[in-house]
Amino acid sequence: MNSPTPQFVPSRLSIYEPIHQIGIWGENFKRNGNPNTSTSLIVEVDNKLENESETTSHEMLAPTNNYEQEASKPIDKIQRRLAQNREAARKSRLRKKAYVQQLENSRLKLIQLEQELQRVTQQGLYMGGVLEGSHIGFSGTVNSGIAAFEMEYGRWVDVQHRQICELRTALNAHISDIELRILVKSGMGHYFELFRMKSTVAKADVFYVISGVWKTSAERFFSWIGGFRPSELLKGFLKLLITGETFSFTTQASNLAKGLFNKVLVPQLDPLTEQQILEVCNLKQSCQQAEDALSQGMEKLQETVSSTVAGGPVAEDSYIPQVATAMEKLEALVSFVNQADHLRQETLQQMSRILTTRQAARGLLALGEYFHRLRALSTLWATRPPEPSLP
Amino acid sequence: MDKVMRLASEKDVVVFSKSSCCLCYAITILFQELGVTSTVHEIDQDPEGREMEKTLVRLGCNAPVPAIFVGGRLVGSTNEVMSLHLSGGLIPMLKPYQTWC
Repeated sequence: MNSPTPQFVPSRLSIYEPIHQIGIWGENFKRNGNPNTSTSLIVEVDNKLENESETTSHEMLAPTNNYEQEASKPIDKIQRRLAQNREAARKSRLRKKAYVQQLENSRLKLIQLEQELQRVTQQGLYMGGVLEGSHIGFSGTVNSGIAAFEMEYGRWVDVQHRQICELRTALNAHISDIELRILVKSGMGHYFELFRMKSTVAKADVFYVISGVWKTSAERFFSWIGGFRPSELLKGFLKLLITGETFSFTTQASNLAKGLFNKVLVPQLDPLTEQQILEVCNLKQSCQQAEDALSQGMEKLQETVSSTVAGGPVAEDSYIPQVATAMEKLEALVSFVNQADHLRQETLQQMSRILTTRQAARGLLALGEYFHRLRALSTLWATRPPEPSLP
Repeated sequence: MDKVMRLASEKDVVVFSKSSCCLCYAITILFQELGVTSTVHEIDQDPEGREMEKTLVRLGCNAPVPAIFVGGRLVGSTNEVMSLHLSGGLIPMLKPYQTWC
């Protein structure tokens, strides 16, 4: 009578071998009666150990053993076999748990890496001024939202530039107030369109909006919650409108390179009245107060997210609960971006209410020209000659 | 419905908030700057919080918090307060309740 199945002995021994067995859980084995049989048998055995009674699993493990030896082996050897099975099953469950934990950690890390890669790629793409079709990332909807926004924003900047030129021409040509009003309305509407676009993409990826990666570097320098600071806008307006002057500029590439702008002073005839100055000052103060409140709210949000992420024991490798909770808190960021844009929109609307049509047109021209210059500054900066390296 | 209206009329300036809501915090900072002490009710800490949330939404707030009541009357959410402030209408509304030290 042959002693059982040498094939079972190495199988049973290999159950107690540590790490390489984890590979079993990641693969789909089928029982196929070839060299893989012994390992597949372990999978089935382990599964069955978890699901079925121990007597049947005992039979599964060594059917030949049973048939040949049950009549002759004493009871305690059977008991020992049962205990070994239980032990094997327990160890297998622990290994499975560890493997799943490892998978979860790796998945989180992968998501982080992909997002970082996506951010860096897009930053590189924007600076190069070329839009490519593929965006690396794990979520198709996020990328398509961002890709759509980038295309729309490119068009927005072009339209903005066209509108500025139209305003300048119109003001210098002294067209009627009615026609000027149309230009002012479309200029305002253009800004409101930007806020709508930002609101949409903020739902896809709020960090994208707040980082300002979609803007040029000089614009980003002045960024406040994903856009310009409304109170700064008002300071600029006040300075321009009190003096009643405006500048018509001709900027040529060569002048730009030399850092010069041709300025022609064209004195206008409608400076602000005292009443208007008072109203704009009040508006500036209210705007400043609202900005402060939002800024402090943002700080509070930073503190909250920071303490959530830092919470929990550092000694353990698992940080998933903290990160998951922090994710929920980050949702609030979308509200802040929306509120900041709402503040910008309200500021523009109040200004157009306080000012005459002509004053509003000059204000819009100044604002648009200012951002245009910031973009020019960014381009100049990006193409500046390299500094000579030190010896 | 009752609890919200009752709490709203108990004090001059009432803000319904949630403990984790940083936008609600921003609103209270704004009121502070304007010299008003607001009473904050955190509805996520309230046993009837769910009902209160539904009430606030039904009253017309698109986000349940922050919900701001002045003199027992609903002003609105952050949007409404900000618009009111920039248009110059918030301070007159708060004037009776300002407490400058």
